Amino acid sequence: MAHAAAHDDHHHTPRGWVRWVYSTNHKDIGTLYLIFAIIAGIIGGFMSVMMRWELAEPGIQIFHGLASMVYGVDGDAALDAGKHMFNVFTTMHALIMIFFMVMPALIGGFANWMVPIMIGAPDMAFPRMNNISFWLLPPALFLLLTSFFVPSAPGAYGIGGGWTMYPPFSTTGQPGPAMDLAILSLHIAGASSILGAINFITTIFNMRAPGMTLHKMPLFAWSVLITAFLLLLSLPVLAGGITMLLTDRNFGTTFFTPDGGGDPILFQHLFWFFGHPEVYILILPGFGIVSHIVSTFSRKPVFGYLGMAYAMVAIGAVGFVVWAHHMFTSGISLDAQRYFTFATMVIAVPTGVKIFSWIATMWGGSISMRTPMLWAIGFIFLFTIGGVTGVQLANAGLDRSMHDTYYVVAHFHYVLSLGAVFAIFAAWYYWFPKMTGYMYSPFIARAHFWITFIGVNIIFFPQHFLGLSGMPRRYIDYPDAFAGWNMVSSYGSYLSAFGVLVFLVGVFEAFSKKRIAGANPWGEGATTLEWQLPSPPPYHQWEQLPRIK
Amino acid sequence: MIRAMRKIVAGGLSAFATLLAGASAQAAQPAEWEMRFQPAATDIMHQITWFEEYTLWFIIPITLLVLFLLAYCIVKFRASVNPNPSRTSHNTLIEVIWTVGPVLILLFIAVPSFQLLTNQYTPPEEAKLTIKATANQWNWDYEYQTEDPLSFNSAILADADRAGLGKEDRVVYPRLLAVDNEMVVPANTMVRVLVTAADVIHAFAMPSFGIKTDAVPGRINEVWFKVEKEGFYYGQCSELCGKDHAFMPIAIRVVSEDQYNTWLAAAKSDLPGANKALTAEITAERNVAAAGN
Repeated sequence: MAHAAAHDDHHHTPRGWVRWVYSTNHKDIGTLYLIFAIIAGIIGGFMSVMMRWELAEPGIQIFHGLASMVYGVDGDAALDAGKHMFNVFTTMHALIMIFFMVMPALIGGFANWMVPIMIGAPDMAFPRMNNISFWLLPPALFLLLTSFFVPSAPGAYGIGGGWTMYPPFSTTGQPGPAMDLAILSLHIAGASSILGAINFITTIFNMRAPGMTLHKMPLFAWSVLITAFLLLLSLPVLAGGITMLLTDRNFGTTFFTPDGGGDPILFQHLFWFFGHPEVYILILPGFGIVSHIVSTFSRKPVFGYLGMAYAMVAIGAVGFVVWAHHMFTSGISLDAQRYFTFATMVIAVPTGVKIFSWIATMWGGSISMRTPMLWAIGFIFLFTIGGVTGVQLANAGLDRSMHDTYYVVAHFHYVLSLGAVFAIFAAWYYWFPKMTGYMYSPFIARAHFWITFIGVNIIFFPQHFLGLSGMPRRYIDYPDAFAGWNMVSSYGSYLSAFGVLVFLVGVFEAFSKKRIAGANPWGEGATTLEWQLPSPPPYHQWEQLPRIK
Repeated sequence: MIRAMRKIVAGGLSAFATLLAGASAQAAQPAEWEMRFQPAATDIMHQITWFEEYTLWFIIPITLLVLFLLAYCIVKFRASVNPNPSRTSHNTLIEVIWTVGPVLILLFIAVPSFQLLTNQYTPPEEAKLTIKATANQWNWDYEYQTEDPLSFNSAILADADRAGLGKEDRVVYPRLLAVDNEMVVPANTMVRVLVTAADVIHAFAMPSFGIKTDAVPGRINEVWFKVEKEGFYYGQCSELCGKDHAFMPIAIRVVSEDQYNTWLAAAKSDLPGANKALTAEITAERNVAAAGN
């Protein structure tokens, strides 16, 4: 039956808008996800640059002006609206980057494109569900962006409680409908991800080519399989938590209200039971991508393949039992802090295995430093920095002094902004020739790497110093003593923003020059199945299933 | 074993730490271009500072090792030098080493870490003074649990009020950190603060004391401190609480036992008067000290 359907489609390649809107083709849907992620990334990146511009000097520089432009308020009202607007920017930057940039790029984009090809499958298991997974995202982003212009706290617009949305600030603190819009947005984005996760699990378990056992499966497919399980198990908990938030706000329940017998800390447990696996959801696909790139450009098989696969399984599993390390200052008991300190430290072990195995893959190899390899090695080093500060933060006794300071901001941007995002760009430069058939300009791509590498380090390394000297997160204004490092950090932000422009120029240049890439531009080190197909791959691949020895 | 480790590490670090500590004359607030913790004012913060420096002895070498190995591979195994890659993809011994090695390092970190954590929850003596701190959007209520309770509100110092309160010195009373009414406590006395909130979640934090705890409506969290030196100490709200989150500082003025008793007695009837008298006395003391130099 599968053969008949494939045969039928072969003669009806849809054209025009129908091809994209009605698409059930994993490659087309993957392309849609990537375009969506680029747009969302530009919006989220714009917000971060505005925040850094605001923080370049002590005092309030731009946000009262922005508020007066956007909301038409003046004088003191503009100042108040501007202060809230800054909090809205921190909140939206996080939500957009997590739910609408990194996840769509890595899971919706690259995994959709490459996992079926890599495991020798013609498409995803549920092609129509794949379509709805994508098309739920634009309305979710639309709802979130709409919340920006809707009342929330008295005299203010948009959700300003941080992506963690802790009540009571997200309930009684912001009674206007903006928070309800954001909750609905997250519900829809969450449904999209759950459907996607079901699709990946089903595809990977049932549609591998003959001979491809789980222990022969490429590591990127492994990483996506584990990510899909994390999504499937954690997102429903977020959905439950934010639904309780919704009923607390609108229907008189008191899950998180002490006056009615509820507890604000309960929400924090529910949120972080989702939130901590979520950060592994963001990084695990990157682990898979980096493994392939390091192996390809070292012309060596991945060192310790099984260890690499099961290290990811371990990270995923332990990731579910460490959530309260985000809550060390919330008043949880001493014993709880001891346990969560211990459990969190355990994660360093499988993570160390991965770092050392990547290096061992390079060891003795024949290394060519082409663009994807630059990004992958940048990833390994910067992720290591974020990893070791994570080991510090794991200690409840030390976290006491670092919690909710810029130290934490520096830490999680090293693992996400410099980790996950570097993995995204590594994947982009690795698979761009495969997906489009064109080769980009290596010069522009390298310029993009170096500008970004220098820029993000200038942004985030000084934030360690700010955090240690005590600067709290999510502050629109800071004591004058913090001015120096904040200024440096802001300059880094402008440089990185320039890097984004270089990236876009590179994409434009590649499509206008149309240099033919060929089926395998990376040589004999590229051994996974996608390199056996022409570039770009045919509309339907593997009509003859490949056989894995 | 921990004491031995401490001695070894402390020896290496003390010179470095002194160098950095010397940079900030004001011992109680952030300093320009500061790269490390604020100088510790309590024993607990000394322990936290020690532990943070101790972890650096592990994490900096690990990071440098990874950097070195990456650079080594890039140079030594580049395609032009090494055209034929090895096919090695397994080595059980090395895989065991890089699994067991990190476990050992984590043990070395964990032992003092757990001790520090336990110390933070084990006050060495009974508190002599208890103050309840209630967070509001966007200021603090302090309630002294003395026989005849004293309570007052503490909010950010408005520029217009500086002259009236005798707080025109922007070094001692920095922008965004100074408040109208500080929490006044005696030096070398165990103080307990019970922290809660009236509206949304805030956090009571004092970096140089090594304390930070969320102020949660419906809950009371406890922190304690015993400050060695008199002076002004500044902290800031550390949980996002709305538009003026950056504008609800925490200021604690640590004074001598006598000054505290005089202030407390006067404050019950006339808080502004008591604060002014204390400010005047301390300013005079400082001038005398400066003249003496």
